[in-house]
This record gives sequence, C-alpha cells and structure tokens, in this order.
Amino acid sequence: MHYSALQILKNGLTGNKGWKPVWRDPEPKKSYDIVIIGGGGHGLATAYYLAKTHGIQNIAVLEKGYLGGGNVGRNTTIVRANYLLDGNLEFYSHSLKLWENLEQELNYNAMLSQRGCLLLAHNDGQFDGLARRGNANLATGDDAVLMSADDVRAFTPYLNFDDARFPIRGGLLQRTGGTARHDAVAWGYARGADMRGVDLIQNCEVTGFRIEGGKIKGVETSRGYIGAGKVGMSVAGRTSQVAQMAGLRLPIESHVLQAFVTEGVKPVIDTVISFGMGHFYISQSDKGGLVFGGDIDGYNSYSQRGNLPMVEHVAEAGMALMPMIGKSRMLRSWGGIMDMSMDGSPIIDKTPIEGLFLNGGWCYGGFKAVPAAGAAFAHLMATGEKATWATKFNLNRFETGHVIDDEGTGARPNQH
Amino acid sequence: MRISCPHCGERDHREFEYLGSAKLLERPDGGDRAAFHDYVFQRKNPTGENAELWQHVMGCSAWLHVVRNITTHEITAVKLARDVKAAAR
Ligand SMILES: Cc1cc2nc3c(=O)[nH]c(=O)nc-3n(C[C@H](O)[C@H](O)[C@H](O)COP(=O)(O)OP(=O)(O)OC[C@H]3O[C@@H](n4cnc5c(N)ncnc54)[C@H](O)[C@@H]3O)c2cc1C
Ligand SMILES: [Zn+2]
Repeated sequence: MHYSALQILKNGLTGNKGWKPVWRDPEPKKSYDIVIIGGGGHGLATAYYLAKTHGIQNIAVLEKGYLGGGNVGRNTTIVRANYLLDGNLEFYSHSLKLWENLEQELNYNAMLSQRGCLLLAHNDGQFDGLARRGNANLATGDDAVLMSADDVRAFTPYLNFDDARFPIRGGLLQRTGGTARHDAVAWGYARGADMRGVDLIQNCEVTGFRIEGGKIKGVETSRGYIGAGKVGMSVAGRTSQVAQMAGLRLPIESHVLQAFVTEGVKPVIDTVISFGMGHFYISQSDKGGLVFGGDIDGYNSYSQRGNLPMVEHVAEAGMALMPMIGKSRMLRSWGGIMDMSMDGSPIIDKTPIEGLFLNGGWCYGGFKAVPAAGAAFAHLMATGEKATWATKFNLNRFETGHVIDDEGTGARPNQH
Repeated sequence: MRISCPHCGERDHREFEYLGSAKLLERPDGGDRAAFHDYVFQRKNPTGENAELWQHVMGCSAWLHVVRNITTHEITAVKLARDVKAAAR
C-alpha cells in the first residue's frame, strides 16, 4: 500500500480497518542467492538496496530476535556529517544526502529533523580543532559554521555561560545535522525490502557457516540449514562472535554504550549539543523527552546494560553544561552492545572466505551511517566492487597502515 | 564493579584504567610483521572469561592481570601483571 495523506484520511474515517501488516512472516526457503545476517538498520538497508538498486530477487534477512530490536532501536538518533578524516568524510557526506531524500525514497516517515548539531569547545586547542574539522567538512561540501562564544550564547542561551567550571570558548555548528526516528528507519527499510520480495525471517539465529574449499555454501540456523550463494554479516555488537564461526579474528572489541531519557517536557532544546569537556550530548525528542548520552563504559562488555559510574558521570557533565536539566526526572536508561574497532572506523569489505562479506565495526556512528552503509554493502555484494563513497573501510587497513583514526587515540577501542 | 588489587585490597573500578586484552603482555619480535599486526590489532573478543590489563592509577600504579567475565562482569582472578609475565617465561 502506498502511504499518503489521503490514505490516512480514508482510514481515519473508516475506523482504521484498512491497514494491513507491513511485512510478511515467511518460512525460510532452502536456499537464497544472498543471505544477510542481522535485521538491524544496516541489514535491512542492505537488503533493500540489493533488491531495489541491483534488482536481485532471491534474498533473505535472518534476524535472531525481532526486526529493529537491536541498536537501531536503542540509539540516540543523531545524524550528522562532521567527521575529520578522508574515508569518513566522503562516506558520512553521502549518507546525509541519502537521509535528505529517505522519506521520499521509502514512502515512509523517518521524521528526519535537520535541527542542527553543535559541538562545543572549552579552550583554544579545542576551538582550533573545531576550526580544522569545519574546514574539512566545508571542503567535502558539507555545512560547517564556526561560532564564537557570543554566537553560541545567542544560539543556545540556556547553557551555563556565567559561572561554568568549563567556560564555553566557541562551537562548530552543522545546520544540516539533526535527528531521525530510529525505529521508523528500520521499519521503512523493512517494508521497502519486503515489498520487493525480500524474505525477512525473524527468530532465526545463525549458529554456524558451511564453508567448502574456502567458499561459502550456506548458514546453519536455529531454523535449520539455509543455502546461500553469498552471505553478508551485519550484526552490530556481535560481529566478533559471528565472524569467529567462520574462523575469522577481527580488529574489534565489544563495548556497552548507555543512553537516557527524561520525562516529556515542553520544547526547550531545539538542536543537538555535544559538551566538549565531558562525555555528554543531548537533544529533545518529538515527544518531549530529553534524550542524552555519553561515552562507552570504558571496558569490554556484552551485558547490554551499563554500570552506574557512567550514569553519574553523564549526569554530572549535563549539570555542568546546562544546570536547568536538573529539574527534570530521568525516565529510563538502557545500553546497547557496539563493535568498537581498533581505529574507531567501520569495515565494509570482503573476507578471506569467498562469498562471505563483512559490514561491522560501527562504533558510535552506525545509525547515521545506515543509508550509505546499506547502499555500499549492497553494491559490494552485488558487484564485487567498492562503492565510490566507501573505498577506504578495508579489512586489511590495519596491516597496511591505512587506519582511519578520527579521534587520534591509537589502537585503544575504549578511547575512540 | 570492584577489583581486588593485590597491594591495596578491594577497590571501586573507577580507581583503575583499562588497557585491553592481556595478550598485550606477549609482545612479539618487531621484525615479524604478521605477528605484530595480530598483537596490536586483532582481538579474540570473547563473551565469557577474558584476561585483561588494568592499571591501579589512583592507587599503587601497579599493572594488574584481571580475569573477568565480559557478560556478567564477575572477576575471578587478579594478579600482578609482572608475575604473570614472569611465569610465562
Ligand atoms: C545507546 C546508543 C546510542 C547510540 N547513538 C547513536 C547516534 O546518536 N548516532 C549514530 O549514528 N549511532 C548511534 N549509535 C550506534 C548505532 O546505534 C549502531 O552503530 C547501529 O545501530 C548498528 O547497526 P544496526 O542498526 O544494523 O545494528 P542492530 O540494530 O543491533 O542490528 C544487528 C542485528 O543483528 C542481530 N544478530 C546478531 N547476531 C545474530 C545471529 N547470530 N543471527 C541472526 N541475527 C543476529 C541482532 O539481533 C540485531 O538485531 C548508538 C548506539 C547505542 C547503543
Ligand atoms: Zn593497588
């Protein structure tokens, strides 16, 4: 069904009885041309572009839980293209362009809101760093506005300017950045893929690979063996585990990232703000909740919930930056397990096993990456070639020295 | 999470700095490129028990070899990294 204002009106007047389930719930077939493991944002987008752009008919997405139940439904929904280094620059730039047309592309309301994304600096070194970053973004064709302390005060007057422990020196604003509705992104891609014949198979965990003569033959699953011409791994924080079943060892650790939301309040924060002196960033959801988060807990974790010290740190940082949030009550907090790669950047590449492909290592940036990563992974799996906007996310870059270390912290995943 | 430092006793984990897998104790010869690449970048990243290096930065500064369950955060053994390295020789 094509969604439109007319449909909403028609169904509204007829008791909303005309809506149908948005995707099928098919039984797995014996084999597929392409099997994607993981029904998160990346897996669903990959399947969508494989079907839509590359016209491949016989595709399945295998998800061990339910569609969108992973990090795609747990993140803080920030979308931006203000990275620093080649590799990331052109990739996130392309992703933002796809975001800008996503709702038309999918005929689904992803609620992209380009409300701006402000990074703060609190000393001269940070300010110079932001100027350099802004220049890199401008040179890539993306938006960047370097702001003085007065500019920041005019833009976000509710920050603590007068007696702050870390006075605000200035900021870098990307007006095209913002937020989107995370679940809707998963659902929109799922619907688009299903409409094009992709089998979305839930409650189907991949438990092993069948590999013969160095070539992939299929996957063992909790719902039986499924043959496959090609297999793509897109399993977010589980990349090491799934790849290990194929005998691969990767430059990845798994870490937990927490996020928080307050009870709904009237509109107060109309942009996305990142503190520069502690781990804290914040935006306000369309429902009114203040959505905020910080950094990973700092040590490997698969527990899918965080520890209290990071809760305390994030709350303290928030209070230092905007004391007014102390009046709102925290409603929920949660955590998600993310791949943290050794340079903080992702991997979209072939593996040493013929027909087995890898899309992982997404760290903090995996939600904003969904459209471009899905399109790039589909391109790679369909054509065997790297997409022009994702040529540098190579698996062997750690061997060849072509790491993309945006934070400049070295092979320390807990520092990226 | 609390870690029992062999020198200082049981302390809150915030007193410690996390480095990563304890495989970093086994530094290979720099001339062996493949081994060195594996040493710096590749990780087993298990879901269960893992041996890791933590430093007691807000205490005695010792480097510790900690065996921790990555899913439950249960810590089953803490030794001085120096002793573990010496025993491996
Ligand atoms: C708290 C938090 C906040 C974040 N905030 C942001 C943000 O503001 N902006 C941003 O860009 N990024 C953000 N991220 C990162 C982003 O959410 C992730 O990088 C991204 O969602 C990962 O890709 P995905 O959507 O495909 O993952 P997921 O939705 O996790 O999909 C992976 C799927 O694979 C499935 N799977 C795993 N193993 C198997 C198996 N063996 N068989 C079958 N299926 C399997 C899982 O069940 C899961 O559904 C945040 C992450 C967290 C945790
Ligand atoms: Zn000590």
